[in-house]
Amino acid sequence: MTRPARILLCLLLAGLSAPGLTTPLAATAAEGQASAEEAPSASEDKVDVAGIIFDHVLDAYEWHLTEWKGRPVAIPLPVIARAGDGSWHCFSSKRLEHGASYEGFRVACAGEPHEGKLVEPRPDGTLRRPLDLSITKDVLSLLMSSVLLLLVVLLTARWYRRHDPEKDTPTGLAALMEPLIMMVHDMARENIGEEDYRRFSPFLCMAFLFILFNNFLGIVPFFPGGANLTGNIAITLVLALCTFFTVNLFGTRHYYREIFLPDVPGFLKPIMPVIEVFSALSKPVSLTIRLFANMLAGHILILSVVCIIFIMAKYGPLLSGSMTVISVLFGIFLDALECLVAFIQAYVFTMLSSIYIGLARAKE
Amino acid sequence: MNLVTPDSGLLFWMILIFGIVFFLLWKFGFPVITGMVERRGDYIRTSLRHAAEAEEKLARLGEEQARLIEQARQEQGRILKEAAHTRDEMLARARSDAQEETQRMVEHARVQIQAERETALRDIRRQVALLSVEVAEKVLRKDLEQTPEQLSLLERMVDEATHAKDN
Repeated sequence: MTRPARILLCLLLAGLSAPGLTTPLAATAAEGQASAEEAPSASEDKVDVAGIIFDHVLDAYEWHLTEWKGRPVAIPLPVIARAGDGSWHCFSSKRLEHGASYEGFRVACAGEPHEGKLVEPRPDGTLRRPLDLSITKDVLSLLMSSVLLLLVVLLTARWYRRHDPEKDTPTGLAALMEPLIMMVHDMARENIGEEDYRRFSPFLCMAFLFILFNNFLGIVPFFPGGANLTGNIAITLVLALCTFFTVNLFGTRHYYREIFLPDVPGFLKPIMPVIEVFSALSKPVSLTIRLFANMLAGHILILSVVCIIFIMAKYGPLLSGSMTVISVLFGIFLDALECLVAFIQAYVFTMLSSIYIGLARAKE
Repeated sequence: MNLVTPDSGLLFWMILIFGIVFFLLWKFGFPVITGMVERRGDYIRTSLRHAAEAEEKLARLGEEQARLIEQARQEQGRILKEAAHTRDEMLARARSDAQEETQRMVEHARVQIQAERETALRDIRRQVALLSVEVAEKVLRKDLEQTPEQLSLLERMVDEATHAKDN
């Protein structure tokens, strides 16, 4: 399925309950089910699919785990912010629950600017966005996946330090990681060239494993995973900017000549640099959007399919039962597809980065 | 818009954490692994090359061996042929030698026999002469002196007689 088609389908599925886009709180699955049993025809008990989905794919100040006896169970995370007067504030996100204000901060409600973000109401009623360095759900997920990545790679490196690779074959973790790392390393050699691929291979390995780990953790639906990290544009933007700076800081004289003084007929000379600069700038943008949109679409797709079960709950046991079976089957298919996409997107990002670096390292 | 606006806090943490992790893995992680695996790759490549070389050497050795065996066999054949030839030659030479010797001996014997016969004939002639002389003496005891002139006469006469007989 192509990317635009997938996004379209997601939006279609998400739009099943379009008014939900503006409702403030995500109706939980349990609530939806309970209300469906009590009053099947009541329109105000509609399952807020968009709310559920965006609650899952967007960043949050707390890590919502589950519902227990109608009350949300969440891990409170530290909020770190710099107020307008220059003072730093650090407190638990528990203080901001249900739109409460604390130390002059609150989370903006739906309809307000900066919806869902920490804001600082000014005396004149406008909302100011403070410098917000909170450890959000995505930051915590990033921390955990980074620790995991560090552990895995350093343990693999330790295996190689402790063994003579000419005598032992890798076992365990090293055997698992070696093909992945060597795949990227060989990709770097192919695309960058024999001369200096060793300089860029660590960055490509890092980007590949980082995306791969976070993609897979994103598919896991419960606590350590589940954060939509690679479907967050800030993360993919940083990754793409790393590629952009690597490409342009290590570009050869030849690469820059191709941009600013290309060997083209005279009348094209003033136009080509403009086109080339735009092409150079569009590369990180396409890298950012590709990874972000693919992972976001995957999350939205799976969540939508799961939500179908709760939407159908009020249409009687036969319909809801059969739709549940279909949803579960489709969910299994989508999860398998997402595993594939998780790998493919990591691979594509790394592959394109290596090709861009290879082009920038071109000799005459 | 929330979805496509990069959040500054997350950007900050991402740059920080990604930077630290990348630095650590760049210093202590990936180069160690890729370096070791490349070393192993080189080792495997050289080992394979050595194995191929050894195999080639072995094949060459086998060829050499076959060649040596073939050469030895040829040598053997040659020596055997030579030996047979030598044997035949020796036999032939021995045979011809023997034949020559026999011929020589036969010749020698013939010459000796001839000589013996001549001696014998001469003896016989002398005896005959003596006998004739004796007989003549006995016949002519009184008037015939045993002088050398008479003896030579007699001999000449006997010779003539023998020659006449031979012719």
